[in-house]
Amino acid sequence: MPTRDKPVDPGRRTFIKTLGVGVAGATAVGAMGPEADAEESPALPAGTQILDLTVNGKRHRLHVESRTTLAELLRDELGFTGTKVACNRGMCGTCTVLLDGLAVYSCHTLALDAHGKQVLTVEGLMKGEELHPLQQAFVDHDGLQCGYCTPGQVMAAEALLRENPEPSRADIEAGMAGNLCRCGAYPKIIESIESMKGGR
Amino acid sequence: MRNFTYLQPENLKQAAKALEKNEAMVMGGGTDLLDLLKMDIAAPEQVLNLKSAGDAELRTIEEKDDKLRIGGLVTLAELAADDRLRRSYTVLQEAAAAAATPQLRNAGTLGGNLCQRPRCWYFRDPEFSCLRKGGDTCFAIDGRNKFHCVVGGGPCYIVHPSDTAVALLALGAEVRVRKGGKTRSVPIGEFFVLPEVDPQRETILGDGEFVVGVEVPAPGRDTRSSYTKFKFREGWDFAVVSVALVMDKAGGIVRGGTVALGGVAPVPWLDAGGSAALAGIGGQDRRLDAFAGALLAGAEPMTENEFKVPLTRNLAKRALVELLDR
Repeated sequence: MPTRDKPVDPGRRTFIKTLGVGVAGATAVGAMGPEADAEESPALPAGTQILDLTVNGKRHRLHVESRTTLAELLRDELGFTGTKVACNRGMCGTCTVLLDGLAVYSCHTLALDAHGKQVLTVEGLMKGEELHPLQQAFVDHDGLQCGYCTPGQVMAAEALLRENPEPSRADIEAGMAGNLCRCGAYPKIIESIESMKGGR
Repeated sequence: MRNFTYLQPENLKQAAKALEKNEAMVMGGGTDLLDLLKMDIAAPEQVLNLKSAGDAELRTIEEKDDKLRIGGLVTLAELAADDRLRRSYTVLQEAAAAAATPQLRNAGTLGGNLCQRPRCWYFRDPEFSCLRKGGDTCFAIDGRNKFHCVVGGGPCYIVHPSDTAVALLALGAEVRVRKGGKTRSVPIGEFFVLPEVDPQRETILGDGEFVVGVEVPAPGRDTRSSYTKFKFREGWDFAVVSVALVMDKAGGIVRGGTVALGGVAPVPWLDAGGSAALAGIGGQDRRLDAFAGALLAGAEPMTENEFKVPLTRNLAKRALVELLDR
């Protein structure tokens, strides 16, 4: 497959933040551009692409390696370290963020799969230094012990409450099944979420 | 994770063309593929992102000509929330809802769920060069095999991990497979490959082939169905064993039906004996033990998984009793 540009191969965590979009970047976004339909399907410069996404309401354009996960991008490049990574295998839920309103594991989502989408992290729930009511509920009801899983728990709970503002206990247990708490604060996590019913 | 070239086709035509030219791995939601990449079980030069294809047929659920057509990129969460499925294809709705976690169901697709690789701990561990990875040993035979198969095994003893595949098998679905400009339909029972045929793959998909969706024949008015899954931990897990039951009922009596089992074989397992034993049960006739005993004929448990036989039979009994009352 022909490439249009020299392969750019920055180190794993060294991204080139683009200011504006250069010509190469602009043609690259479509990857297999419309002109490719008839004969060829040209790929991008091997291993990197331009990513255009919105995080907590602010738009970002970056040049990223294909293998970069959304969690790596959020934490290492954009500084949203509220999103935690524990298992890095899509099993524990600490890295939960909302992608176009749906809860996903950011450690198990390619950053490039967030192209053109809206990402909400725990930082985006807050208004400046003011906690979101759901975060306050976790504080008020002791919905945490060590706190490491809490940003993921809060984001999973936010997704659950958006879809179902009046969840039953069984709804909460099912909706929170993707988030582990190794301190075992589950009863208090459920209590924190239950306290939000009707109060949003 | 090693880096790769991420192919982003704009439509199915480009995707098919790119796959004919490249040895790319196809990615839907990526929930399984990313795990394989992170663990270095797979190390493709190229990954093709099917989600970048805009074709509506990949994303829609459509009732047409007495069939339900489901696009390969429809997510498990969308299947679990669909009222048509809940009403008429209950077994599939329940299977999708029983799979994984909310986060994984939001990402995971039906096509990807059918094409996921097995969970065998020797396969998933890069330290073990097992048969399925091109080695010459199945480590489960003399090793830990609590969650391995009891029927259909040899020379490899995996179980197929998909919940939706078991439901689709009981419903008599067909998988729509594309290569180049052509799409063919494969009965789902012929889509999966036993290890005795080829221990290195789980499906018939060859070079350049990929799943674009499934077609499910519409059940009759008297058809009832359910998916019953036993997990090692209740929060979320792959099935230890599962039972997909689809049956026609008239006046409270089963006229006929199909039982498909998950977690017992290297492929979703159509149980002929159990299916044949369904007819006539109901009302005063509660030959539940005969039905249960007919399941898993010829089972050959391994050293640690004999428990799967009575577990499957009891689970199937429970599923049948509950479905008789629905």
